Amino acid sequence: MLKIKNLHASIEDKEILKGINLEINPGEVHAIMGPNGSGKSTLSSVIAGREEYELTDGEIIFEGEDLNEMDPEERAHKGVFLSFQYPVEIPGVSVTNFIKTAINANRKAHGKEDMPANDMLKLIREKSEMLEIDRKFLSRSLNEGFSGGEKKRNEIFQMAILDPKLSILDETDSGLDIDALKVVANGVNKLRREDNAVLLITHYQRLLDYIVPDFVHVLVDGKIVKSGGKELAYELEERGYDWVKEEKTV
Amino acid sequence: MQSLTGTVILIFEIETNKMELKDKLISSFLAFEESLDPDSGLESLRNEAIKDFETLGFPTRKDENWKYTSLNSVLKHDYSFFPEKEDAIEYRDIKKYLIHDIDTYDLVFIDGIFSSHLSQTTHDKIDVCLMSSALNKEKYRPIIENYYNKIAPKTGLNSLNTAFAREGAFIHIDKNKLADKPIQIINFATGNESALLLQPRNLVVVDENSHVQIIERHQSLTDHPVLTNSVTEIFADRRAIVDYYKIQNDKSAASLIDNTYIQQKSESNVSVHTFSFGGKLTRNNLNFYQKGERIDSTMKGVTIIEDKQHVDHNTLVHHIEPNCESHQDYKGIYGDSSTGVFNGKVVVEKEAQKTNAYQSNNNILADDKATINSKPQLEIFADDVKCSHGCTIGQLDAEALFYLQSRGIPRKEARGLMMYAFANNVLESVKIPEVKKRINKLIASKLEVELGFNL
Repeated sequence: MLKIKNLHASIEDKEILKGINLEINPGEVHAIMGPNGSGKSTLSSVIAGREEYELTDGEIIFEGEDLNEMDPEERAHKGVFLSFQYPVEIPGVSVTNFIKTAINANRKAHGKEDMPANDMLKLIREKSEMLEIDRKFLSRSLNEGFSGGEKKRNEIFQMAILDPKLSILDETDSGLDIDALKVVANGVNKLRREDNAVLLITHYQRLLDYIVPDFVHVLVDGKIVKSGGKELAYELEERGYDWVKEEKTV
Repeated sequence: MQSLTGTVILIFEIETNKMELKDKLISSFLAFEESLDPDSGLESLRNEAIKDFETLGFPTRKDENWKYTSLNSVLKHDYSFFPEKEDAIEYRDIKKYLIHDIDTYDLVFIDGIFSSHLSQTTHDKIDVCLMSSALNKEKYRPIIENYYNKIAPKTGLNSLNTAFAREGAFIHIDKNKLADKPIQIINFATGNESALLLQPRNLVVVDENSHVQIIERHQSLTDHPVLTNSVTEIFADRRAIVDYYKIQNDKSAASLIDNTYIQQKSESNVSVHTFSFGGKLTRNNLNFYQKGERIDSTMKGVTIIEDKQHVDHNTLVHHIEPNCESHQDYKGIYGDSSTGVFNGKVVVEKEAQKTNAYQSNNNILADDKATINSKPQLEIFADDVKCSHGCTIGQLDAEALFYLQSRGIPRKEARGLMMYAFANNVLESVKIPEVKKRINKLIASKLEVELGFNL
């Protein structure tokens, strides 16, 4: 589904990603862990198409197509979804209206008519119940004044609605209390299928107790220095990141 | 050397044109006055006003209040002042400019002349009629004497209007009355004249405990130049409530100078919403005079313009007595080479303790060539007041754009949605749902956004 080969990316001439190789197949959950500043969020931004980053070498192939030349919205239309670490507040647009706009924009990109209002309502109701989202929440302005937990829940709600092929969850666990984390993780698990995949970006192992990864990769200084199964996450939790760094130096 | 001479000649020509319009107005005044019914009682007022206009003339950019707005381009036309009556306009021609999905009183003027077949007036409990008839009826004499031209400051443009105005809306809501439906005041220009100057004059008197909602619109139906110099005086007595909505979405050859003056007595509540979406040049002079305590004055505006359009909001709130509030919230989105001006002045007199005055002016420059001049002016002589003002000028937030795009919303729509969101919250205080809906649609169409939801 996703093949990243020798990916180098910089921002303002500073190289952040220094040769990433990663392959994600349908049905898999991958976790990328790493210390602060290792390039985790940069990787997610580059896949989703944030403009500030310049891809200097390598390629990102998604379903056989090169993502690099695509605008963020085209990537979304292909089925890439990024759950933001810091979702943006947009006063004046309600959650519902935003969702409707996004759904119909994606349908339009696939040559489909707008979704009938009844189907829309049904979909919104179904997914908001799954994520235990209050109806009042839907009429509020997008992310404005939302608590950290509400923002993240809203991200997963959008993921559930848009039903992407590849979901990148960037630090979705940060700012969540344990109950909210369970709801969010439960939502993500329910959305898992044989034909979609999840890339978790996280600093801590905590989230991985609830969304169990098939593969764990350790990102240090812009490179994946170690990959393994879910047990690698526990090892990192216990021993920190230093031993991986040392291993790398050796 | 050659080009220098050319420049001098150009300036000279503009000055000449302006002089010509002024001279033409002054010299046509005598004939105009003779054509009027001598009983209207405004003769001495008109005579005085034309003299004032002769002295003051049209404002120029040398006037501090007109520093960023030049009238040169709109004064150069050879306007006719007294058009013929036009009967050929039918309801179907103008329906789309009206708020037609609710029942309203309508005062429709075609080329400055009242159209009875397109209007719906009343004298049942409240008076919603035309100025010319009010001026000629003994019954309304006391109201005219007490209120007509009492708060419009002596400026060249106001004096010009006072000298020539002969028609407009006359609205009087007697005390303890609720106007049972909104009133629409609509001025159309047909294009029968090659260039037309219109000078409507409105008077709104709302007595104690009464309530009225008014929608005002100036609409050209032609590509011929139209200049409207409108004066509206509004008096809100104790505990009166007035909600006034101005819809300005005119053709590209039409210009509007709107002069609106409001006097409020204790515990009254007046709001004016100004939606400026089109026209060549639009200048809104909006003054509030608070004569009493616990008064609430609200001024809100949304401006969305493009091309070379120009919109200038010039507001004044005069806090004279204690415990009053004023709220100003103006938002603007400027595209292409359009220019905007916001000049908001708040004066708090020494006696006006415990005043709460808020002012905010937020702008988005959607293109590199667009300009906004924003100038808040606070003059505070009292020491126990809360006054705040804020002004922002910016572009759209790149991170928010990325967020919307990452959800599959194309860049153009994402920009439109963000601008829509930026402007839209000013509508929260619009009390007539149909007006809110109409403005919402206008905003969406101005921003060329097909929003994926029903407004």
